[in-house]
Amino acid sequence: MNANADLPSPAPAGGGHRAAPYAHDRSSVERIMLQVCLALTPATLYGLYLFGLPAILTFLCIVLAAIATEALCLWLQGQSLWRLKDASALLTGWLLAMSMPPWCPWWLSASGAFFAIAIGKHLYGGIGQNVFNPAMLARVALLISFPVQMTTWVQVMPLGSDIAPGLSQSLAIFFGEQGIPDGFTGATLLGASKAAANGGASMAELASRDYSLGQSFVGNTLGSLGETSALLILLGGLWLLRARVISWHIPVSMLLSTLLLAAIFHSIDDSLYLDPWSHLTSGGIMLGAFFIATDYVTSPSTNTGKLIFGAGCGLVLFLIRTWGGFPEAVGFAVLFMNALTPLIDRSVKPRAYGRDRRGNAIKNISARKVQ
Amino acid sequence: MFGLKSIRGGVHPETKKDLTSERSILTALPLPKKLYLPLSQHAGVESRPQVQVGDKVLKGQLVARSGGSLSANLHAPTSGIIAAIEPIVAPHPSGLPAVAMVIESDGEDRWKDLPTLNDPLDLSPDELADRVEEAGIVGMGGAIFPAAVKLRQGRRFEIKTLIINGSECEPYLTCDDRLMQEQAAAIVDGARMIRHIIEAYEVVIAIEDNKPDATAALKQAAAPYGMINVINVPTHYPMGSAKQLIQAVTGKEVPAGGRSNDIGVLVHNVGTVYAIHQALRLGRPLISRIVTVTGACVKTPHNVEALLGTPVRDLIQACGGLTAHPARLLMGGPMMGQIIPSIDSPVIKGTTGVLALNQREVNEHLPAPCIRCGRCVDACPMGLVPLEMAKHSGADDFDQAQDFGLRDCILCGSCAYVCPSHIPLVQYFEYAKGELRERRNNESKQEYTKRLMDQRNERVEREKAAKAAAKKAKKRASRKTKSPAESES
Repeated sequence: MNANADLPSPAPAGGGHRAAPYAHDRSSVERIMLQVCLALTPATLYGLYLFGLPAILTFLCIVLAAIATEALCLWLQGQSLWRLKDASALLTGWLLAMSMPPWCPWWLSASGAFFAIAIGKHLYGGIGQNVFNPAMLARVALLISFPVQMTTWVQVMPLGSDIAPGLSQSLAIFFGEQGIPDGFTGATLLGASKAAANGGASMAELASRDYSLGQSFVGNTLGSLGETSALLILLGGLWLLRARVISWHIPVSMLLSTLLLAAIFHSIDDSLYLDPWSHLTSGGIMLGAFFIATDYVTSPSTNTGKLIFGAGCGLVLFLIRTWGGFPEAVGFAVLFMNALTPLIDRSVKPRAYGRDRRGNAIKNISARKVQ
Repeated sequence: MFGLKSIRGGVHPETKKDLTSERSILTALPLPKKLYLPLSQHAGVESRPQVQVGDKVLKGQLVARSGGSLSANLHAPTSGIIAAIEPIVAPHPSGLPAVAMVIESDGEDRWKDLPTLNDPLDLSPDELADRVEEAGIVGMGGAIFPAAVKLRQGRRFEIKTLIINGSECEPYLTCDDRLMQEQAAAIVDGARMIRHIIEAYEVVIAIEDNKPDATAALKQAAAPYGMINVINVPTHYPMGSAKQLIQAVTGKEVPAGGRSNDIGVLVHNVGTVYAIHQALRLGRPLISRIVTVTGACVKTPHNVEALLGTPVRDLIQACGGLTAHPARLLMGGPMMGQIIPSIDSPVIKGTTGVLALNQREVNEHLPAPCIRCGRCVDACPMGLVPLEMAKHSGADDFDQAQDFGLRDCILCGSCAYVCPSHIPLVQYFEYAKGELRERRNNESKQEYTKRLMDQRNERVEREKAAKAAAKKAKKRASRKTKSPAESES
């Protein structure tokens, strides 16, 4: 084609006129979501290995149910099913699965996924509109509704080991025809510490007896499906930082505030309060700090706001873990701070160029000539 | 001496400057048969035609005079006949008609008599500013603000630093780069004249560090003059925005709502400086400019020296024509440029580039909902919160949008460039700014009406009072004549 060919207004790809820029860094929502999933993969695979076939069934059930619910909600709203490809439902389901007990009956998994997507996300208006983290909302709803099932922690039974359940037994557990045998379960460190605090046993004694900090860090211990390995979650989180998918503000402020509070109280009375490193390697704190609290939609959008948000998460987390009614508190802490996010965003703004922190124009260093 | 300060936010788009930066400027393009000069190609009101249809004009002859304080003169880019003064499709995305002067070239390209000039540096600053105004020079970096107005404003302040902006941060564009390489001496000369006019203490020529050849050329040209410093600034969009460049060079921020004058700085683009050199040294008005013609759809991208009014089609043809139907045809760079409605749109004073981009380069997608990732907040060089500004602008809640920084937005497009949801943020801001302007206009209109009304009421009252007083006086007077004794009591 040469320049003589008639070129009326060139055909726009996006439809109609659109203001500049006509360049883009090629980022996309889909890419971000898939990067987060990729960062979750090592910890997920390790969790699936630790807890075997029933855990694989749990994971698949939650993820597929989340995607199916998303499809249903989009269809009900008359939206294109192409929007499934933004992978946001996959990520929500994945995160929920990570925080669930490893061996869940199908109905628990499916109702959790449904709750997260339908109630936690679409009831608020779909992607970007929800106030609360959908995965945490579902987890907390299930915890309150089904406290027994949601705190049944199976022992580590790695795939291929002698004690690992076979296919038929796994399916029976998955379909709820068979409960989890008592001998298979145990208590988490946080649960035990809560019990210990209530019963008066010493923390130090507890820690030395059953729980090794090293094991807890690597993750060879019982707990939620994907939360056991602080190490692998940390690695995934660091990769997300490197890939600039998340910024350091929330993870650092959240971990630091928990660490500081735990250190202070542990030094006051180490028989009553768990040591800071156990806090940092147990439960969902790592997953929470890098993957849950950093959820874009439900956390502040400015850096100062993120620091406040993270510190608040750490504080609430420590309060509930130490004095609250539940041994684990990441979900509650994050939800509580989610509720404060609009307030933080309203009151914390970056300093604009040419203005002071309050938004007034900076003082003129007037160069006007005296005439 | 210059502790370069970093600017906040910003982005690093692919520069794509290598398409044209190694090729010298094409001059002496075939003379177009017809030139189209829109009467409005500067900030401010239209210019007023000084010639009539059918008049013969010479190259460089004044054809339209500035229509007001922020307007600019227009000169005939070549010799010929005024064929028409009529509406054409303006080189603006709206595609709305705008009045233009159509000049049919006679092919002779004959200059008017150019004055023989004394050394401009011997003339008074005011006279030089008048000559810059006479030459119709506006900001050539795309701002199209009349240069003389800026110079005169600068004279009222104590200007410490005159910054010559050669950063050219827009991707693709190399018109300033090539100009600096090929006309370094002229630019240095122009910078000295501006310094003379505004009596600046020092001159800093700031160039992004991805233009080593231009930097070297200017360093060499500036070497004999002590007060001209040529420095490199980081390649970092939007470094070429005056506010950001001032921050990088001086470390100071222009106060919100203020001008760079306030902090003793004045910024001129290298293209403007070159035009000022042409006007003051050679007496030539602004009738041509360098345009970067590039993009994946252009066969052999080049910079060209184009007469104002040349249809874009001719420029593309000079560069070998198009190889494919462009997804977007733009005037200016991809970050802040505008869609042109037709390939026959003419080159105007602010045309830095003509870009024929393919779909891959534009990477346009339908917008998805905001996921509040905050990348726009990190990218904003002004420290604003674009996602909140867009949210409130979309809901027509302009007060809230202002609260999150709409007033300070420079429309640089960094936010939309990084938005993973492809939200056309700048479009929201342009819309909101337009609505606010409208609202202000209405308010002042209402105020004006109210003032008129008040004045009228006041006048009526006054007249009434006057009438009453007159009546009273009359009455008293008549009484006086009737019974003078009574009034004395």
